[in-house]
Amino acid sequence: MFGNLSDRLVETFKNLRSKGKLSAADIDATLREIRRALLEADVALEVVKSFIAAVRERALGDEVSKALNPAQQVVQIVQEELVTILGGEQRRVSFAKNPPTVIMLAGLQGSGKTTLAGKLAKWLKDQGQTPILVACDLQRPNAVNQLQVIGERVGVPVFAPEEGNGKGNPVSVAKDAIKHAKQKQFSVVIVDTAGRLGIDEELMKQANDIRKATDPDEVLFVIDSMIGQDAVNVAKAFEDGVGITGVVLTKLDGDARGGAALSVAQVTGKPILFASTGEGMDAFEPFYPDRMASRILDMGDILTLIEQAQKSFDEDEAREMAEKMAKDAFTLEDFLDQMQQLRKMGSIKNMLAMMPGANKLKSQLENIDEKEIDHTEAIIRSMTPKERKDPKILNGSRRLRIAKGSGMTVTDVNGLVNRFEQAAKMMKTMARGGNPGIPGMPAGLPPMPRPQVKKDKGKKGSKSGNPAKRAAEAAGIELPRTDKGGSAFGIGG
Amino acid sequence: MAGLMFWRKKDKNVQAPEEIQVEQVIEEQVQEVVETVTESPVIEEVAEQVVEVEIPQVELEPIELPKRSLTKGIKSLFSRIKFDVENLEELVDVLIQADFGVDAAEAIVQEVKNRAKKSGAKTEHELRLILTDLLTEKFGRDDRALKLDNGVQPYVILVVGVNGAGKTTTIGKLANWLTQGGAKVTLGAADTFRAAAVDQLATWATRSNSEIVKPTIEGQDPAAVAFESVERAIANQSDVLIIDTAGRLQNKQGLMDELGKIRRVIEKNLAISEVLLVLDATTGQNAMAQAKAFTEVANVTGIVLTKLDGTAKGGIVYAIQEQLDIPVKLVGIGEGIDDFGFFDASEFAIGLVGES
Repeated sequence: MFGNLSDRLVETFKNLRSKGKLSAADIDATLREIRRALLEADVALEVVKSFIAAVRERALGDEVSKALNPAQQVVQIVQEELVTILGGEQRRVSFAKNPPTVIMLAGLQGSGKTTLAGKLAKWLKDQGQTPILVACDLQRPNAVNQLQVIGERVGVPVFAPEEGNGKGNPVSVAKDAIKHAKQKQFSVVIVDTAGRLGIDEELMKQANDIRKATDPDEVLFVIDSMIGQDAVNVAKAFEDGVGITGVVLTKLDGDARGGAALSVAQVTGKPILFASTGEGMDAFEPFYPDRMASRILDMGDILTLIEQAQKSFDEDEAREMAEKMAKDAFTLEDFLDQMQQLRKMGSIKNMLAMMPGANKLKSQLENIDEKEIDHTEAIIRSMTPKERKDPKILNGSRRLRIAKGSGMTVTDVNGLVNRFEQAAKMMKTMARGGNPGIPGMPAGLPPMPRPQVKKDKGKKGSKSGNPAKRAAEAAGIELPRTDKGGSAFGIGG
Repeated sequence: MAGLMFWRKKDKNVQAPEEIQVEQVIEEQVQEVVETVTESPVIEEVAEQVVEVEIPQVELEPIELPKRSLTKGIKSLFSRIKFDVENLEELVDVLIQADFGVDAAEAIVQEVKNRAKKSGAKTEHELRLILTDLLTEKFGRDDRALKLDNGVQPYVILVVGVNGAGKTTTIGKLANWLTQGGAKVTLGAADTFRAAAVDQLATWATRSNSEIVKPTIEGQDPAAVAFESVERAIANQSDVLIIDTAGRLQNKQGLMDELGKIRRVIEKNLAISEVLLVLDATTGQNAMAQAKAFTEVANVTGIVLTKLDGTAKGGIVYAIQEQLDIPVKLVGIGEGIDDFGFFDASEFAIGLVGES
């Protein structure tokens, strides 16, 4: 089908290479791709529209045109805005001053409420609370039973006076549960309710009655991360019908991009408190807005990478370098400089790990030997300035001296010189022929090490200075592309 | 109507007494073997024996099943926009909001434009008609019936899907519908993972008057349960065996492998008539990934679109059908035992577009 957002943005960026500044049209082209990515991630259309409008406004402002790399800056604005919406009001569960704290769960059928109740109970128990689970789903066959089994698994008592399966009144069960909890001094009451549709007025009223009867400190809206455009309707219905205080996102261990998170957060203005990430009772964690933003965009931690790249490259330096390459004045000294700049960005291994699709590269990443870069550095540092400027003067005795000085062998020295000459030649060609790079980024950086070709890494073949492009290359060339859409939760998830 | 009847053997009671004797003998043999031996080769042998006896009885009679409407489930999306040749772009938005996905939505609207241009359609009524026809056409296909008609019983229906899609509920409704039609149904509780899933299915078995095969120990290998279900369904001469499986997210390789194993184990003794993928209509674009992954391991033959009684439209099934050629066969429209029906293309299209 289609590649991921990074691939498509690379396409968009290609057309921007010779411009130093983004026009409104350029920004719109970028935003079109982002709009599509958001829709494919199931962010609700109305949310996408208002979101894109907000980003556009910011992107047209000064902050972009002054930036080192405007195109990527747009993406960064997108990320920032996403995080703001997703985590603007990040907070923890609020506990009652006078226990018990009451937490009520509500949501559609099959969103994962009962399983979540168990996880939440376990999490609270591990924190020293004494929770009790309340079986108010008297609708679904054996939901009560399921909660009892789960309660047993996590070692938390279950209040279940009614057997369910259509019998019993959930409102009175909820009421009795609070009494019971007070008597027996439980510190937290978790009320599991039946799944209901937002448009089912009768059941929504029932949920509201449970709320009134229990006066909960938290009403958590439980929503499946695979949900599509309907997320806005459902969220609105629960917000209006029951009134929610927070959101829990379930099934995040799947490969859905989870755009619903954005829809719900935007529509309800309520914080997402937890993410449920598996069927095990421990698969439960606080919600991380930044990871979710990257997941929705399907871009790995590329934005962190962009940030680091921006910090470590000086624009003037970069321009100078590009000119040198074009004039064939690129020396081993420059080569070393560039390598050191690259080093400023952090370990190469870590950098690769931040790229989209890198999860799949993990095993290959293990093969990268950071030491080889140290070796190269040692060899160049053992040369005289004259030798670094003009490697042609390197005769046998000079090479032997360099090898001894750097603790390497003459073969290593020869290898480096050969590779440098090839690389310089290639860079010259590319610099003249117009390297598809982003303005402001040096066109011929020492390339990223290619995990498979151990010998050549770091020295041969130019790669784009654009991290997004490099990432795409890494993901696209060396991996079979999947269109399943979506890495796991952030990187390494 | 598509899928409204299926074929079963003539009532066993009116068959010749000798034949019944033979069946009884075999049944006893099976009981014996099942009780004492768990090694599959021997059981396979027995299964073959039984099937051998059953195959000659191909005298079939059609079972009429009640038709159910699904219109109550779908509420039109298009009521709030004005159809106009000029602003057909708005239609793209509406389709996106029904989870058709950007590409499908754009393609559909392009086609509507082309047809409108050809026919010179201008009025809202004409445009609605074009869209309704187009959707009916695309959704319409003649393989929506459950393939329960080759006469080799028991017919096996394997039900798969992600967590919370509505598999167990769907099975309960389907079983009830089949037993109402006079079929003998056995349910295989191969969801041995989720807490109380077996009990939930057992409740449906009681409601639908079906038999159920449960795991013998907690957390038993689901493939073993599936195997035993096949044995039992053959032994008790069921017309249909429906096997429930645990919900699994399609990116969990281990769980998908397990599903493949369940399928293979069933196919040792019986052909699988239908593999139904249960999709929650509220699911967005990820449903495509689900359909692809489940088709790969379990060779999905039809989709059950559940929870259509909500505000979701399940438009992603359009793209799934276009790309993977898998028809939607059943729809779920509520939690009640009768709340389901066969997917009807024109009903669905009219439901989406609204009366013109």
